[in-house]
Order: sequence, then structure tokens, then C-alpha cells
Amino acid sequence: FSLLQHNNHVSCCRICVITLAEAHPLLQNGKTITSINYQISANCSRLQNKVSGKSKRGAQFLTELAPLCRISSSDGEEYTIYSCIRGRLIEVNENILSNPAILQEKPSTEGYIAVVLPKFEESKSVTQGLLTQKEYEEVLSKR
Amino acid sequence: MSSLTEKDKPIVQLLLSTGTCPRCILRFCCVGTQTLYRHPYKDLMKDLKEFLKNNEEKEDTVCFGVVDPPCKRTRLEHTEERPDDLNHNGALQQIPSINDENTAMETSAVKVCNVCLGILQEFCEADFVKKVCQKVNSADYQFTSFVFSVSLPPQLSVREHAAWLLVKQEMRKLDLSLAKDDIVQLKEAYKWIIHPQLSEELSVPKKGAALFEVSVVFAHPETEEECHFLATACPDCFKPAKNKQSVFTRMAVIKALEKIKEEDFLKHFPCPPSSPKNLCVTLEIQCNNGAVFVAGRYNKYSRNLPQTPWIIDGERKLESSVEELISEHLMAEFKADSFNFSSSGREDVDVRTLGNGRPFAIELVNPRRIHFTAEEMKGLQQTINNSSDKIQVRDLQLVTREAIGRMKEGEEEKTKTYSALIWTDKAIQKEDIAFLDDIKELKLDQKTPLRVLHRRPLAIRCRIIHTMKSEYIDEHHFRLQLKTQAGTYIKEFVHGDFGRTKPNIGSLLNRTADILELDVESVDVDWPPSL
Repeated sequence: FSLLQHNNHVSCCRICVITLAEAHPLLQNGKTITSINYQISANCSRLQNKVSGKSKRGAQFLTELAPLCRISSSDGEEYTIYSCIRGRLIEVNENILSNPAILQEKPSTEGYIAVVLPKFEESKSVTQGLLTQKEYEEVLSKR
Repeated sequence: MSSLTEKDKPIVQLLLSTGTCPRCILRFCCVGTQTLYRHPYKDLMKDLKEFLKNNEEKEDTVCFGVVDPPCKRTRLEHTEERPDDLNHNGALQQIPSINDENTAMETSAVKVCNVCLGILQEFCEADFVKKVCQKVNSADYQFTSFVFSVSLPPQLSVREHAAWLLVKQEMRKLDLSLAKDDIVQLKEAYKWIIHPQLSEELSVPKKGAALFEVSVVFAHPETEEECHFLATACPDCFKPAKNKQSVFTRMAVIKALEKIKEEDFLKHFPCPPSSPKNLCVTLEIQCNNGAVFVAGRYNKYSRNLPQTPWIIDGERKLESSVEELISEHLMAEFKADSFNFSSSGREDVDVRTLGNGRPFAIELVNPRRIHFTAEEMKGLQQTINNSSDKIQVRDLQLVTREAIGRMKEGEEEKTKTYSALIWTDKAIQKEDIAFLDDIKELKLDQKTPLRVLHRRPLAIRCRIIHTMKSEYIDEHHFRLQLKTQAGTYIKEFVHGDFGRTKPNIGSLLNRTADILELDVESVDVDWPPSL
């Protein structure tokens, strides 16, 4: 089972967008997505996440290993996409439910998975925990 | 015109002998004639004593303190001893005879009043008025008329209450009653006396919308603890103090006095109140001018200038700001303490504001100078424009506070026009973008842009692009003029914001698009009036 790594887009304002990493199996040739499910457990659906106000009250809180969604491909594989960072779940991308193709065609933009807002105190440590594009490529080349 | 009559005599005698000043006596006798209070202290004292000496047979109005010769002549001269035959219960002190009181009054210096603690005595004199005016003049404010406000120590309310109980008791003997509300308020009487004197000394008319405030705060350290017994008697009136401030606020003390029963009050507080050794002291004499408002329109020519100072962790990230460049000179000219800058919407750091500019208004707080001619305002405008090429202002003028509302309504209701420089990944030809010109009233659904999501609530905004006009540049670039509803995020309309603004230029052209430059061409608000 290959390690999932995620790209993060971090603007100076701490908002993080979770997307599939380049090397993710789902982005390799030949994979067809059959379903995307935001219901990650009996009690928890990411689709039911509701936030209100500036401080995003009511948001589901995510830890690094919190599942965001499960994606199935036609060859029978199921992939769980994890948050990888700590923070409040702001929104999940519902566009990929109606149009799964954009997940593979535009994984870094319209095909994003979720938007997460880390705690203000933790935003620096979150950024530090990420790899730069260069570092990522190094990791890949070593595999 | 109400003045003292026969029935007031016992009250006058009682209060005078227990150490109450003439003006407070007039207050407790419900004398509402302002001019009487303005008579010199010595005259009032003399007249009161004469009033007590005289023994009128008639019950009708005695002329008191009026410099009206016929009235004085008709007064019968009677020097009659009035023995002290008033019986008081254990709670009240023994009243010395009026004769003793007279001698005492004549030989010693003026005793500090046991009710007003000197407010209606020393602090009505010309010396104090001069002191206040000195402070006002040295502060060097421009003003047309003023308001005088005074803050009195809370223990005055307690003493007033005690004196009222004393007088009420005395009047019961005559089958008369005295409501606390009938007594002339100390603050009111004080202002009757002080305001005209200040007005004259400052050479300022009384009338006119007074924005300038002179405020005096009095304290009486000697009796500061006199209110404390109220905390045990009425604990629920006193809330815990914040920031080391006294829990005994004026409001709390007054509330407690309304609640406390007469018997309980008399157990804890002397009635009549004791004579203090010292006068009140002035804690502070402060001046404050009402804010003035300056409005105009600004152009922004820099792509590296924030609206407000950009400071993170105490470090300034970008030099200066729109508001500082405009306000700096205004602050200096108006000599204000601080400013509040607001505008009809705003643009990003990297966006220019062209055309007629964006309306703005600046509130200048506590300005020393308030009078500026149209010429002087023009000069100010020129000074601002000469000082920087990053911004320029026009239509600079003084406005009222109400004008701010008009500007803010422009922010939400009025249209704006923009010019955007757009890049596309895949090549475009002229024909590919021509259709944009024909799209009218395009409805957008914009989720809160990611770049502001950390400080704005998540929501979907419906906004309208009224018209567009494209200008082909080359295979990967074109310019787009747009006229949009207020509150439309233009950058997000161009690049799509991860698909969270729909439709967007990318989706319309079936390409990936990004915005290279943005200019505000016009803010369609017709305020402030153009000069």
C-alpha cells in the first residue's frame, strides 16, 4: 500500500487546500474512479460539515490521520484520503461528486479534496511539516 | 418666581446652624430663580440672616434677595430672639441657637458647607472660573460654543440624602412634605452659576450647537469612605469593580440611596451631615472637541500600497498605506488626537484606483482647529497631492457625520467598473473572446474566496456582472473591461478560485485563466459633491 502524500497550498493567511499528490496512484494512467464517498463512518459524513461565523464554529476538527473521503477505482481498489494536517474542516469539494473526472484532470485546482483551517497557534508548525516541491521530488526519486 | 416665605424660616434656620451654605439652603427651599444663585456669596449670607431676623405678620411672599428698594422698605425691622425650642430625636444633633451661629459666622472664615462640600461656595468664585479658563485657553482649541460638564464625588449624594431627611423631619412638624425631586439639583444650580461666568470669560456665545466640552472632575478625599456603609446595607447595588476602579460609582450610590430605608440610613450616617475640614479638590479640568469629518475621493497609482498599515507581529510588512498618506497632513493641520479612516469599499494592495477615484471620509478626533475656509481646504488638498505620487486626492471638503452613511450605502449598492489584464494557458484568437461582449447581467455564485476565508464567514454570494468589453492583445493575453455589482470579487471571477466561483472566465473560455493586473476604473457613487 503506497504512502499517500498530499500537496498543500498554504497562503499567507493559513488556509490549506488538500489535494492529491502527483504520485498518488489515482493520478496514474489507467485508473478510473468509480465512486467518491464522504461518509467515512456510520456517524460521520464530511458532507454534513457546517461552519458558521468568522471563527468557523461547528466545523469538524481534523487530526493528521482523520479520513476525508474514500475513493474507489474500477480495478477494485479503495483509497482513503487522509487530512494529514490538524485543523478545522471548512469545506469538502462537492464538485468532484458530480464530476469525478476533474479530480484526475485538475487535481491541484478544481479537483481539490478539502479546505482546512489550522489553529492560529499551529499554523507555523503545519507549514514546517510540509515538503517543498523539490523535497517531494527527492523523496519520489528515492523510491 | 419662587422665593422664601414665612414657612421656610425653620428650614433656613436649621440648615444655617448645622453648617449648610446659603445656596444649598435655597436649593432645599426649592427656590428655582437662577439669578438668585448668582448673587455674591456674602450678599446671600447677609440676606438670609436678615430674613431670619425679620418677623412678618403677613403670610404672603417675602421679597428675599431682590435688589428692589420698595420691597425692602416694606419689610418690618424686627430683631426678635428665636429661642431654640426645637426638639429632635436622638438621631439628630442638638442645634445651637441662631445668635451663637451669627457670631461664629461673622468672626471665622467661611465654613465648608456640609452638603455641597464647597462646590456652591469656593468653586463659584471668579478665581476658580479664571483657573478653568486658563486651562481652556492654554489648550488652544477653536470652538464656537461650549458645554460645561461636571463630575461630583458620590458622597455628595449621601450628604444630600441626609440633609433631605433632616429637612423632611422638620417640615412634618408643619404638616408639610418635601419630595426629593422638588429640591433643586446641586449640579443644575452649579451650572446656573458657572456657565455664564465661563461664557463671559471665554468671550463665547452661549447658544449654538456646542461640540466643545469643558469638563471638571471634583473629588473629596477626606470623605471618600462615607459611601462604604451602603455596600453592607444594599449589597446588590454594587457590582464588582473592574480595573481597580472604585465600586462606589455615582449611579450605584444613587441606586442604593433609593433603596435604603430611612431608619437604616440614620443608623449609619450622621444627620445633619458633619462639617468637613476641607473643600473639594479638582482632580482634572479637561477639554474635548467634537469630531470633524473630512471627505474626498482618492486615486491610487501604486501596486504596492495597502489601504491600512500592514503590520504582522509588530513588524511593518509594506511601507505606508493609503490612509496614512491622506491622514498625515490632516492630522497636523487639524491638530487632532487620532483619526478613523473609512471608504466606500477598498481595493487590494496590488490594484490601482483610476478615474474619479474612490470616496473616503476621515473622522478627526478631538481636533484643536475646526474652522477651515474652502480655500484652505484646497490648499490642504494640494499639500497632500504634492507629498506623494502613490495617491492623489480630490474634492476634499468638510462634511457632517450623516454624510458617512451615504458613503457606506454606496459601498453596498453602487456599481464599479474595472479593467483586468488576463492570461490564458491555451491560445486564443479574437473570435474566441468576442462573445464576452454580448453577455449581459451574468449571474455569478462566489464562495468566500480562499484568500480571505481565514477572516470572513464561509458563504455563497450571488453577484452580477452587468457588462463586459474585451480587447484582444495576443494569443495568451487580453484586456477585459467589466461593470459589476458592488461586492463582486473580480480576481476570483477570472481565475475561478479552485472552481469555487462559477461561472468564471476559465469556464467561459474553456481554458485556464489567471489575472495579471487589475485596475478600478470607476466607483459609481455620486458622493461627496464634486468641487
